[in-house]
Amino acid sequence: MITPTLLLAGISLAPAEPGGFHAPGPEIFNFPPLWAGAPAWLTKPTLLAMLSVVILIVVMWGAFANPKLVPRGLQNVGEIGYMFVRDQVARPFLGKDTDRFMPLLVSIFFLVLLWNVMGVIPIIQFPVASHIAFPIVLAATIYVMRIYLGIKYQGPIGYFKNMMFPPGVPKPVYILLAPIELLSNLILAPFTHAVRLFANMFAGHMILAFFSLVGFYFLFENFGLLGAPLGILGTLVTIAMTGLEIFIQYLQAFLFAMLAAMYIGQSLHAEH
Amino acid sequence: MLAEVAGNVTAIGYGLAAIGPGIGVGIIFGQGVQAIARQPEAYGLIRQNMLLGFVLTEALALIGLVAPFIFQGL
Repeated sequence: MITPTLLLAGISLAPAEPGGFHAPGPEIFNFPPLWAGAPAWLTKPTLLAMLSVVILIVVMWGAFANPKLVPRGLQNVGEIGYMFVRDQVARPFLGKDTDRFMPLLVSIFFLVLLWNVMGVIPIIQFPVASHIAFPIVLAATIYVMRIYLGIKYQGPIGYFKNMMFPPGVPKPVYILLAPIELLSNLILAPFTHAVRLFANMFAGHMILAFFSLVGFYFLFENFGLLGAPLGILGTLVTIAMTGLEIFIQYLQAFLFAMLAAMYIGQSLHAEH
Repeated sequence: MLAEVAGNVTAIGYGLAAIGPGIGVGIIFGQGVQAIARQPEAYGLIRQNMLLGFVLTEALALIGLVAPFIFQGL
């Protein structure tokens, strides 16, 4: 029971003493350009984003450039990944249109997964999606696409009519329901689509940074008999949180691709 | 002075914003597990709808997290 008290005390008392423990803040997400004189945009997150794209292209190229009827090696791995996206993400929402959108969904799922996994790979340890610009670009792509597909397949009037007036609701309820549906489909849906990925990665990275700093500070920087158990606790929690983080990273990549499939599916067929 | 609040008030706002989604997510997964226990063969369908509900509920907490940044400029 004494350790949580100490933990709280250590944090709240920290600013009082100079050189004491400082919890990491949002500044840990700001990176300088890679080397002096590099362009301002060339930072660690952009480098990791580009690296992920290159890794994804190389792996997928190796898996599917020369497909065999009896898959071997990398093609096996690629097919398992493809089948997972097809059966779990795409089919429930897209039905018979699944195959048309598989390239998009596979790319999105594995790119987001790779971006997220960067957060727990030792030394790299930065989830790319914790900079909101990256999820916004992906979500905006899906947003433009779903409106285009919706207008193409349901007509400009039919699309908004189907969106605002879902069938099977008593008439007076539409006064309340129609604006809410319009707002949630056109503004809230893309917003939460991007922010969900960003916020989970941001918070996850912050938690990992905080607990590993607790371990580092009490075991190395300011070693003492009183603080050592706290440092050990911080290290153990870091390990446990890394495990949780890996699960969340996978889940968020899955949800991002699943929502993309759902939005596309809604645009293709009026009534879900 | 009886009590003083130091630091950022938005942390309290996020705490309040997380209450509802916390309860909601708990209900969704609790009911989901119950549904799977009752009808294990409908696992795929239940899990899909469970995640859908989870995603929509969680959105509220996420909006609570970013709301301070949105209203900063106002």
